[in-house]
Amino acid sequence: MARTLSMKDAINEALDLEMERDKTVIMMGEDIVGGAGAGGEDDAWGGVLGVSKGLYAKHPKQMIDTPLSESAYVGAAIGAATCGLRPVAELMFIDFLGVCLDQIFNQAAKFRYMFGGKAETPVVIRAMCGGGFRAAAQHSQMLTPILTHIPGLKVVCPSNAYDTKGLLTQAIRDNDPVIFLEHKNLYGSETDVPEEAYAIPFGEANISREGKDVTIVTYGLMVHRSLEAAETLKKEGIDVEIVDLRTLSPIDMDTVLESVEETGRLVCVDEANPRCSIATDVSAQVAKDAFKSLKAPIGMVTAPHSPVPFSPSLEDSYIPSAEKIADAVRETMGA
Amino acid sequence: MSDKITPILMPKWGLSMSEGTLAAWHVEEGAEISPGDEIMDVETDKIANAVEAADGGLLRRKVGNEGEVYPVRMLLGVMAPSSVTDAEIDTYVSDYEMPEVEEDEDTGPNYEFAELGVGKIRYTERSGEGTPVLLIHGFGGDLDNWLFNIDALSETAPAYALDLPGHGQSVKPADSADLDLMVSAIVQLMDHLNIEQAHLVGHSMGGLIAGQTAISYPSRVASVSLICSAGLGAEINDDYIDGFVGAQSRKELKPKLKYLFADQGLVSRSMVDDLLKYKRLDGVQSFLERLKANLFDNGKQSVSLKDGLKKVDCPKQIIWGEEDAIIPQSHANAIDGATVTVVSGAGHMVQMEESSQVNELIKEIL
Repeated sequence: MARTLSMKDAINEALDLEMERDKTVIMMGEDIVGGAGAGGEDDAWGGVLGVSKGLYAKHPKQMIDTPLSESAYVGAAIGAATCGLRPVAELMFIDFLGVCLDQIFNQAAKFRYMFGGKAETPVVIRAMCGGGFRAAAQHSQMLTPILTHIPGLKVVCPSNAYDTKGLLTQAIRDNDPVIFLEHKNLYGSETDVPEEAYAIPFGEANISREGKDVTIVTYGLMVHRSLEAAETLKKEGIDVEIVDLRTLSPIDMDTVLESVEETGRLVCVDEANPRCSIATDVSAQVAKDAFKSLKAPIGMVTAPHSPVPFSPSLEDSYIPSAEKIADAVRETMGA
Repeated sequence: MSDKITPILMPKWGLSMSEGTLAAWHVEEGAEISPGDEIMDVETDKIANAVEAADGGLLRRKVGNEGEVYPVRMLLGVMAPSSVTDAEIDTYVSDYEMPEVEEDEDTGPNYEFAELGVGKIRYTERSGEGTPVLLIHGFGGDLDNWLFNIDALSETAPAYALDLPGHGQSVKPADSADLDLMVSAIVQLMDHLNIEQAHLVGHSMGGLIAGQTAISYPSRVASVSLICSAGLGAEINDDYIDGFVGAQSRKELKPKLKYLFADQGLVSRSMVDDLLKYKRLDGVQSFLERLKANLFDNGKQSVSLKDGLKKVDCPKQIIWGEEDAIIPQSHANAIDGATVTVVSGAGHMVQMEESSQVNELIKEIL
């Protein structure tokens, strides 16, 4: 039955159900079992924010606490995937991507292509992303564009607990490498989530809100900021449609284009830095394929082209706010 | 004086409804309202429907404005006899306070679960007097298909609705998916609830199940109401059944759902999303494929109730939506001795589209 679950618990439940269903599903990562303050095996910490808490007691043979070496265990997970396991490696923060990038982009992403379609690499790399956690420049980045750029990787960034469970289940069952990005500021956000397992196919955007005047295309935490902006704009008579991409690769441009063809106006909202981002990608594709539908220039709301600040007040003004999103929408309306 | 004043409130349809739009009033101030009259249209993000008056009285004041959104249980109108003064009504309206509701309190219908021989079954119950009525949904449906019926019916009899095996939040069986399983679920649920005999109301495939239960267990069934029912003829819309089972995305599913309603505007995004959420649960896809193969393969219904129902002598009625695009309305006359009503302006989901008329018809047989 459906009941309310946080995004953090939805991740835990998807991992639990898949490890139960398929014994080739394993987890690897730093402190996913133990960790700071852990008293014992059964009540261990379960990752830096407790996402995998309780799983070791249920699946002791499927969880490996690794040394602090991303290049080693991410490489090991990818190797194990090519040999028949379905590893879920937890990179903790996507900001640590640099130390294991070769394993991801030059190995995992290329195997299917370079071995003529005969090799499969069913690995999932989970990591926290995004800002607003007062975690400074090296633990707060939205690195979705870097990963989306690489052919051979699938990139997921959910905005709510229901989608998270279904997309993580799909990621584990998928036969290609999947980068699964969890916005740390959404871990506590709750929705109804069925108890049973379910998979949401990749490449299907969700319309979070229907509207007829302006389309906002976004993902992750920014879905919530956009919904907030839409409520403000509703009072001004502006009816906003919000497309939550859910998966950035593959990307559901059909839904984006259909929406823009209806509304004639587009605002792309992306927490990532502005250059070569999801926002620029979507804007370019809409300009190319639906130019004649546009009644106004495309609006873009992104973080500035600078690292994430540590100062709370600066960080708050760095991350796109509902007010900035509302302003961008008003601009496309000619206000 | 306020005991003479009857409020008209924003209704709550299902657990998730928190607010609704008052789309239109159907009555004017000064009108005498009888219970069951359609007094206003309400729309939620899931569905739009006419609201029937639960109580009768003189409509003295419209408080809610057309086109505005109100929370559930908000005061929308006031009924009172002419002896109540306008000033008293003013006071009532200005003093009206929304009933306080605890955050976690279950304010809508309760869902219950029963562990039966067929597996876990979800059902919902409305208390009432007399022989109970059990509502059985159709292929791919769930107990919320009776959202606009169950409360009205409970005025006449205790009312129950269930999620059939493989549907809604009930068990998703890995092996069997046939009529025997469905009939077993009905009888086991009745046993579980200590219901010796019930009026069975079945929609579409649920009609087939209701009829087969009456044939196999005649002593347990007080009457059958078959709504746009399967089992009364050979034809069934294969494009719908096949399309519903095969659809993997919103885009594929939505056009198929339009077959269900005479007013196709009722197919909302959230209706499509909810059905996709159901279809994506582990085990549902293969269950629906097996069920379809057993009952409705290639646009042909494999089971007929015609001969069996002749021998069952409980009251029988058949209700059909005139514009049913799933099962031909011509099947309505298949059973001799059954009361037949064809409802105009409604499609296959006639119990939703013309709920008040269908509720009256069912109440007559209870």
